[in-house]
Amino acid sequence: MRFSFGNLLRQARAGHTGWGPQWRDAEPKAAYDVVIIGAGGHGLATAYYLAAEHGICNIAVLEKSWLGGGNTGRNTTIIRSNYLCEESEALYEHAMKLWETLSDTLNYNVMYSPRGVLMLAHNEHDIRSLKRHIHANRLAGIDNEWLTAAQAQAFCPILNIDADLRYPVLGAALQHRGGVARHDAVAWGYARAASELGVDIIQNCEVTAIRRGTDGAVEAVETSRGRIAAKKIGVVAAGHTSVVMAMAGLRMPLESFPLQALVSEPVKPVMPCVVMSNAIHAYMSQSDKGELVIGAGTDAYVSYAQAGGLHIATHTLEAICELFPVTRRLKMLRNWGGIVDVTPDRSPIIGLTPVPGLFVNCGWGTGGFKATPGSGHVFAATLAHGVPHPIAAPFTLDRFRTGRLIDEAAAAAVSH
Amino acid sequence: MLLIPCPYCEEPRPEIEFRYGGEAHIARSADPTGLSDAALADYLYFRSNPKGWHYERWQHQSGCGRFFNAVRHTVTDRIIGTYKAGEPKPDLALYRVRAGS
Ligand SMILES: Cc1cc2nc3c(=O)[nH]c(=O)nc-3n(C[C@H](O)[C@H](O)[C@H](O)COP(=O)(O)OP(=O)(O)OC[C@H]3O[C@@H](n4cnc5c(N)ncnc54)[C@H](O)[C@@H]3O)c2cc1C
Ligand SMILES: [Zn+2]
Repeated sequence: MRFSFGNLLRQARAGHTGWGPQWRDAEPKAAYDVVIIGAGGHGLATAYYLAAEHGICNIAVLEKSWLGGGNTGRNTTIIRSNYLCEESEALYEHAMKLWETLSDTLNYNVMYSPRGVLMLAHNEHDIRSLKRHIHANRLAGIDNEWLTAAQAQAFCPILNIDADLRYPVLGAALQHRGGVARHDAVAWGYARAASELGVDIIQNCEVTAIRRGTDGAVEAVETSRGRIAAKKIGVVAAGHTSVVMAMAGLRMPLESFPLQALVSEPVKPVMPCVVMSNAIHAYMSQSDKGELVIGAGTDAYVSYAQAGGLHIATHTLEAICELFPVTRRLKMLRNWGGIVDVTPDRSPIIGLTPVPGLFVNCGWGTGGFKATPGSGHVFAATLAHGVPHPIAAPFTLDRFRTGRLIDEAAAAAVSH
Repeated sequence: MLLIPCPYCEEPRPEIEFRYGGEAHIARSADPTGLSDAALADYLYFRSNPKGWHYERWQHQSGCGRFFNAVRHTVTDRIIGTYKAGEPKPDLALYRVRAGS
């Protein structure tokens, strides 16, 4: 049933008893045209665009646990497109444009809120680096502007700009169109729209093996719910990509790390925007429920334990208390971790693999939520045609051999 | 936070004294210019990233300052052994017998 004012009224009169489930909890069939491994935002968006824009509807999205329970449901939902390299600008801006109309496209309120993302500079290097981003973005037609410390405080009144801070705020880059969206709604909205177009979303279905024919091409996957045949397989498994790709005999340029976030007890609106500080590893925004949503750093070592070290969270909270003194007496309600797959150049890998029929979309690391619509959109085109979508073309797996890295790692020094 | 037994200091010390050095036993070729692009990419960028036992380098940065290797499980974070840099990769089976796992 479509969400509309008319339907809302009709359901209200019927005591809201007529709303059906939002997607079918499908049973696996023996074969599909395309199998997507991983029902996170990126996998679901891929399935949706395959069905909606390429007419390929005989698709299964296989999920080992529950839909959206991976990084999609664990992230701090920061959205922005002010990256440095031209290839990244094109990719993240493509996603940004899709965010702007996504609720209409999906007939589902994803609560995209372009409330502005402030990135703080704490030293001379930060200032130069952020200004370099601003100039690069301007050349690409992407909004990003420089604010003095006083202007930054005017934009975010609870920001502490005292000169005697250990890491004083010397200025900030502001992307007005940046902001946040509701992470669960993004997964649910894509799931609902894809399911309506005939896509089977199969939860509690872990892929345990990838079968290849005598020609080397993929033939099927083995899962905890039986064998499922497909000539095209898209791996969108985030932190578990190395594990899944190993099933096809491939090694990946990836390392998996736990990344943490926390939320505080809910308070009245105090935080009008998103503030990020790469230098001291702290990010904060406020959810519509009133919780302050805080992002921390990754653990130093490879791990699949979905919880990060306490000293990492402590470090972030110290920085938050210094930057936002009003938070000092707040209690933290919850703290959790997600496993992020990090590439050497901190750019994603989208495209073909050496195994015929096997495609991969991974390496989004600490910052792929913002790309969800764009990632699904270009990956769907890549899967449908068997050649990379022009925006995805630079993000090949092969770039690590040719040396054409897209080095956002050097550009940002750290995450997001 | 991990407790890591440094094989030089011979005692477990908290993780914050150490620096992680990535996957162990990735040897630089004696003839790097003779490597194919694929082999060089493999050396530089491709990692095993296993969900299970992992051989990895650590440096006891705020202690003795020396590099060593550890065998750690990437789900439980359990460390079943550490050994000095340059020592051969120990057989996992031996450790597991000793550790009773
Ligand atoms: C704490 C935290 C904060 C973050 N903050 C931000 C942020 O502010 N902004 C931003 O842009 N990004 C952020 N990110 C990164 C972002 O969450 C991810 O890049 C993005 O959500 C990845 O989406 P995905 O759909 O690829 O992955 P996921 O949502 O993780 O989906 C992958 C799915 O694959 C499934 N899977 C794995 N193996 C198998 C198998 N064998 N069989 C079947 N299914 C399998 C998993 O269960 C999972 O559901 C953050 C991440 C974390 C952890
Ligand atoms: Zn030591």
